[in-house]
Amino acid sequence: MVNTTQPTADLSPPPAVKQIQDERLRDVSLVTKIMRRPELGALAGLVLVAIFFVSTADASMFTLAGIMNILSPAAQLGILAIAAALLMIGGEFDLSIGSMVAFTGLIFGAFITLNSWPLLLAIVATFGLAALLGGLNGQIVIRSRLPSFIVTLAFLFILRGLSLVGLKWATGGSTQMRGIGDQAGEGLIRELFSGVAFEGVFAWLAANDLIGKFPNGTPTVTGVPVSIVWFVGFALLATWILLRTRAGNWIFAAGGDPNAARNSGVPVDRVKTALFMLTAFAAALVAVLTVLDAGSTDARRGFQKEFEAIIAAVIGGCLLTGGYGSAIGAFFGAIIFGMVSIGLTYTRFDSDWFQVFLGAMLLLAVLFNNFIRRKVTGER
Amino acid sequence: MDQDVPLIEIRNLVKHFGSVIALSGVSLTVNRGEVMCLLGDNGAGKSTLIKTLAGVHRPTSGDFLVEGRPVSFTSPRDALDAGIATVYQDLAMISLMSVTRNFFMGREPVKGVWPFRRVDFDHCDAVTREEMQRIGIDVRDPHQAVGTLSGGERQCVAIARAVYFGAKVLILDEPTSALGVAQTSMVLKYIHQVRQKGLGVIFITHNVRHAYAVGDRFTVLNRGKTLGTYDKAGIQIDELQNLMAGGKELQAVSAELGGMV
Repeated sequence: MVNTTQPTADLSPPPAVKQIQDERLRDVSLVTKIMRRPELGALAGLVLVAIFFVSTADASMFTLAGIMNILSPAAQLGILAIAAALLMIGGEFDLSIGSMVAFTGLIFGAFITLNSWPLLLAIVATFGLAALLGGLNGQIVIRSRLPSFIVTLAFLFILRGLSLVGLKWATGGSTQMRGIGDQAGEGLIRELFSGVAFEGVFAWLAANDLIGKFPNGTPTVTGVPVSIVWFVGFALLATWILLRTRAGNWIFAAGGDPNAARNSGVPVDRVKTALFMLTAFAAALVAVLTVLDAGSTDARRGFQKEFEAIIAAVIGGCLLTGGYGSAIGAFFGAIIFGMVSIGLTYTRFDSDWFQVFLGAMLLLAVLFNNFIRRKVTGER
Repeated sequence: MDQDVPLIEIRNLVKHFGSVIALSGVSLTVNRGEVMCLLGDNGAGKSTLIKTLAGVHRPTSGDFLVEGRPVSFTSPRDALDAGIATVYQDLAMISLMSVTRNFFMGREPVKGVWPFRRVDFDHCDAVTREEMQRIGIDVRDPHQAVGTLSGGERQCVAIARAVYFGAKVLILDEPTSALGVAQTSMVLKYIHQVRQKGLGVIFITHNVRHAYAVGDRFTVLNRGKTLGTYDKAGIQIDELQNLMAGGKELQAVSAELGGMV
């Protein structure tokens, strides 16, 4: 459709719209407006968690270095969580993303070490393969009309198993593949996916005594890890797509009520397939980032990340039933994760409390989301 | 455009689902500025018929003409493009989405160049607010979720959406069946308004009284066939009721219960 905005022939004399309209405009209270935002819970949770750690943890947690420490695991999880959030809003789950990280990591490593492909080609091929696998996931779900939960659960095991078998086959019996970092070489492409960004800014800040530095003048924190830059960029892009574009409206519609969406001309199947491709793509991105960072890959990479990503998305305001949620909420959800998993080591508490916290947070988030949904839709 | 050519004309429409004969020769016409009521009991084939008109099903045989030209729809989109809009009883709106997002769902106007192309939400909000005002819905904020509207308001917004996007024929699938009295009259009033604008309306209902209130002509379906089409002047409400229910049995029950069913 090219020209979608034309109104039909003016069907009735337009009443004095302006004046009446102003009278009728009800002031939407600020509280209502805030309550309507799905990421409210995640933001409130983040504030609470931050207050908790400010009051209990060692002060070094909230230094620049400490914050980078928190954000690094948050970024890896967050890239997955944002993609998972979009898919959940679109009404589906992908339980295979954790295994997808391991599998695409292996494929990427094999392209580099076994095929000796240049880095760019290896990355593009890995992304392409991931998108293909995601598309396969989506097509099976759409054509079979089975719940995506069960289809992707199958892929969770298939891909994890393939990663193990493939690793042993490629390395001659080991479950770890080394030397990827050395083979990948240096250059612009490498810098896009590993190391730190904004080194110039940090050097300047250190030179002007705005951030901490070593006696020799190099800053204690040399830059922002690129995974964090990808994380923030992805969150902004996903939020823009969701809230401002046609594709975003279609994602909400596809998850809210696929039949109604279809009746209105929304290509629901295409939207869902694209979303499955996106989650697989996000998994591949995390694989490339972490493999290049560590220089090696192993079969446990991405283990249980599918659950953490879904939990982060739910904390971020996504309903399990689809049609409602936010990408920026998943962003906050992932930061809560990073803050708690890293933050506990700065406190006197045993780090194993993390799991308890995780479950409790999930339960709270689901209860809260349910309550908010009833408020928003006026359901009783 | 010739004003006398019916908006929709179907002749001897047949639809089989495997061995099930859902429609065995249905004929009807819909003209401009007319409300054609489609009446029939459960299983009469109403749903199959409207889904065929809406492009969901393809007819097995028979003629289907829109403004005199034979058509063959492969998807609901084709029907929409031909000016046939269907408002389904419960599948019209997505309750978690805002009124604006629902109103423009599937037809969002965009601005800007790719990759910065985005939905023109200012325009959408303005149009939604104005259209809601025309219907007389006392809703002031187009950002509120559709779930907060009443059932009647939802139906009216769905109809307004179809009209706004240039529908020539509206198919309304039991728009009043789940509504209370006040809400029903709101929807019926709006249907009357739509007719005056020159659209053709196919109004499917169980309720003869609702049909009689706004209908110009009545087509009764029974067991996949048209029993007949009647002008409002040529038929009384009780006759219509009897035709629809297949006659005698209902009269017997009615007598037993001591009144009209």
